[in-house]
Amino acid sequence: MTYLAKPKIHHPDLPKNALGFTRRDYEGAISTLCAGCGHDSISAAIIQSFFELDIAPHRVAKLSGIGCSSKTPTYFLGNSHGFNSVHGRMPSVLTGAALANRDLIYLGVSGDGDSASIGLGQFAHILRRGVNMVYIVENNGVYGLTKGQFSATADKGSKSKRGQVNSDEPIDLVLLALALGATFVARGFSGDKTQLVPLIKAAVAHRGAAFIDIISPCVAFNNHPGSTKSYDYVREHNDAVNRLDFWPSREPITAEYPPGGVRDVELFDGGRIRLHKLDDDYDPSNKVGAMTYLESRRAQGEVVTGLLYVHPDSGDMHDALETVDTPLNALSDADLVPGNAALAALNASLR
Amino acid sequence: MKPIARVNDFVVKFANVNGSGSASANGLFARAILRMGVPVAARNIFPSNIQGLPTWYEVRIVEAGWRGRRGGVDLMVAMNPQTWEKDVAEIEPGGYLFYDSTKPFPASKFRTDVNAIGVPLTAICNAEYTDARQRQLFKNIIYLGALSALLDIDPAEIERLFAEQYKGKEALLDSNRKALAMGRDYALANFACPLTLRVERRDKVGNRIFIDGNSAAALGAVYGGATVAAWYPITPSSSLAEAFAKHCGKLRTDKATRKHKYAIIQAEDELASIGIVIGAAWNGARAFTATSGPGISLMQEFLGLAYFAEVPAVIFDVQRGSPSTGMPTRTQQADLISCAYASHGDTKHVLLMPEDPRECFEFGALAFDLADRLQTPIFVMLDLDIGMQDWLTEPLAWDDARRIDRGKVMTAAALDAGKDFGRYLDVDGDGIPYRTYPGTHPSKGGYFTRGTTKDRYARYTEEGPAYVDNMQRLLRKFETAKMLVPAPAIKRATQATRTCAIWFGSTGAAMAESLAELDRQGIYLDQMRLRGFPFHDDVADFIADHDHVFVVEQNRDAQLKMLLVNECGIDPDKLISVLHYDGTPITERFITREIAEKARVFNVTPLRKVAR
Ligand SMILES: Cc1ncc(C[n+]2csc(CCOP(=O)(O)OP(=O)(O)O)c2C)c(N)n1
Ligand code: SF4
Ligand SMILES: [Mg+2]
Repeated sequence: MTYLAKPKIHHPDLPKNALGFTRRDYEGAISTLCAGCGHDSISAAIIQSFFELDIAPHRVAKLSGIGCSSKTPTYFLGNSHGFNSVHGRMPSVLTGAALANRDLIYLGVSGDGDSASIGLGQFAHILRRGVNMVYIVENNGVYGLTKGQFSATADKGSKSKRGQVNSDEPIDLVLLALALGATFVARGFSGDKTQLVPLIKAAVAHRGAAFIDIISPCVAFNNHPGSTKSYDYVREHNDAVNRLDFWPSREPITAEYPPGGVRDVELFDGGRIRLHKLDDDYDPSNKVGAMTYLESRRAQGEVVTGLLYVHPDSGDMHDALETVDTPLNALSDADLVPGNAALAALNASLR
Repeated sequence: MKPIARVNDFVVKFANVNGSGSASANGLFARAILRMGVPVAARNIFPSNIQGLPTWYEVRIVEAGWRGRRGGVDLMVAMNPQTWEKDVAEIEPGGYLFYDSTKPFPASKFRTDVNAIGVPLTAICNAEYTDARQRQLFKNIIYLGALSALLDIDPAEIERLFAEQYKGKEALLDSNRKALAMGRDYALANFACPLTLRVERRDKVGNRIFIDGNSAAALGAVYGGATVAAWYPITPSSSLAEAFAKHCGKLRTDKATRKHKYAIIQAEDELASIGIVIGAAWNGARAFTATSGPGISLMQEFLGLAYFAEVPAVIFDVQRGSPSTGMPTRTQQADLISCAYASHGDTKHVLLMPEDPRECFEFGALAFDLADRLQTPIFVMLDLDIGMQDWLTEPLAWDDARRIDRGKVMTAAALDAGKDFGRYLDVDGDGIPYRTYPGTHPSKGGYFTRGTTKDRYARYTEEGPAYVDNMQRLLRKFETAKMLVPAPAIKRATQATRTCAIWFGSTGAAMAESLAELDRQGIYLDQMRLRGFPFHDDVADFIADHDHVFVVEQNRDAQLKMLLVNECGIDPDKLISVLHYDGTPITERFITREIAEKARVFNVTPLRKVAR
């Protein structure tokens, strides 16, 4: 079937952001996912984040693999270029895109099948390389699009809709991301937008590889008792270590907070994250501490969420490659083609 | 046994131990002869290992300028005791055996029909040097000195090469000169120099250069405007990516900031390599990968995406012996089918087929214009023989008036002017739609790229007619490609004939020589060298003009023939295959024998028999 775009008639009273865009300008085509799918809530959080960040939609490139989750870029930022690539290989395509133009914002959207199974290798290597991006996994513990097989993030002992018990160890993408050098690592829950939106905003402002694992229940295949990725299970076992607010660089922090339990993190471009500690011992600048905490809570069946690790002034892939400031796709003939004289000199050295 | 006596027409083969530093001395040997104006065809023959195992370097000194292997050896420089037996056996009767005579060899180790030239290299070295590494390295220079005397190579040319190599390093320059003289002096004092094989100064090299295809192709990528390279190491393609890094370091580093106008990623595998290329090209940068057969296999899914989503990509396939890991350090032309029809579903791809390093450079640069113009993957089909061997080739040239052709890219200005933008809309009838780069315009020109079916405006659809419409347009685009790829090079025989030969790529080296020989034997063949796929209309016409068509290629299954039969609707019986696929480069002797034999069968008997 052909999906129709939404009518473009804007209500004159719709609120506008600093660039004059309305929320509508950050929306996409109407979702074709199942009603109640966690992925749709994540799309909504992405729309709100970019609207509130005052980022022109066309300055964002959204890339995905294959899966229900990977279909979602059609449903937000309709004016942005998008690339629904191949299963598990979004990271390499995003890496290439980021190499070509360092000035755009790159949003990678993937699923747990896409990133933890077929694409585990590419997941690992994009984080190692420090590509400047936001990498979101919409994690439901199953392959939604192919109708409910276990994915590699399904917990050991969790039950499928058909009653099958998963006997394999799960892959925790957050732990992997920490080990592989991601410099912004968070976990969110599609059912908790107030926690999720600031996480996405801070991830966008972060320079370097930002990874967010978002637990996103699949209502069709993994929302039953016995699943550890259902709405009920995650609500009951959500161990949020912190909540945060995010301010872009130009805005002063206006809100008032009760004293104590607050920590500010300044990002590369001057943006600031204010963390409200919910767990007094949790320190998101301590990678080893984060890993230990995550493992111990996981063993108890808890789902740790929040900003889990951030290393604000880390460089990115372009720093490591020492590329010029001009995007590579904007270099001129004169920049690129050395000309016949250089060739003549080369010829001379080969005789 | 009468020694072989030849001037400027003989084969010298060096049998060395890998990692012993012989490569540099052997290279000097070949280049000194070139500096004397005498063409050479040189080939490294190396097994798949790094150190301690055998490696050979074969130099065919050939005033006639042929670039293929001749076969046979007239002078063996036997520096590897491990391969001694095999090396000695390879020498032509009446040939020479040059060896290190420091330790006495029993007579049984020699051949009575071969002239032995023993030089006590180790003894000379040990008397002069105490350091082990120096002893090893200068031993090579000493044998070079001895050979220069034996074969009448002008030592001044070698010294000039030293001077260029060690500019500013006077100590090294002096010690090399000294080692060269030691070898020369020993040979002059102990043998009647020169031997019956010798080099005589000529003016047959002209301004040609000596370069390997990988290096030339990498330079083509620089001139073609490539800014992103992603690769995964695999012989024989690695040196292409490495050469790109080297060339870019010199030619693409900003003078003021020292920053790079290029990015090179050594990816985690070939899937990632091609993914990076596709991502970069989708975003408007020129990007390529270099690989070999196994890598092409891994890239299949992505190549289908690039074909269907119409994303430019350049793939240098430096072919090696396959299938599987096959013969990693041997040459073949066996990836033709896997590249031409790469991926699942109905796909066809554009191939460029260079015959030597000069064309590696030209096609290497052209590939990027074609990829952007046609918005599709372009394969540049090298093989190990062109890629990793130094070839004597026409100098590389560039027209400074030439501009990068980015193809049909719709700009913000065009969008503002109200141009109708449909990502898959064929506005010009050539099957090629317009594209926009991400980030072009705040409200127009954005689109969603996907491998699933879409309509002309890139909207998702599963409707059959939209799919067929798109697939038909892709065929029209492939038709357009016929006119854009390099046309076949056609040459008529010296006499009118109904027989012809078709080949491509590195086969050309042996082919040229074979055609001359066949002509001498009275077998006349019109000639067509294919340079690109899809085939130009001339290809079918040319075949139609002949009764007997030899198709010469370096694989088992006659892949070029398959392509011709399939794409040009030709009767398979009309195409007579000449196939060579043992991993060594095809030779003139092989082609001549095969064609002469088969030509006799259908009555193209030689007009006069010429003894060989
Ligand atoms: C090479 C390849 N193998 C298999 C598939 C089929 N496939 C499509 S989506 C998918 C799993 C998606 O799971 P996930 O990434 O978790 O996404 P979800 O649908 O759960 O959001 C599979 C196996 C494919 N598209 N490509
Ligand atoms: S199958 Fe699951 S993941 Fe897919 S749309 Fe439905 S609820 Fe969402
Ligand atoms: Mg899933």
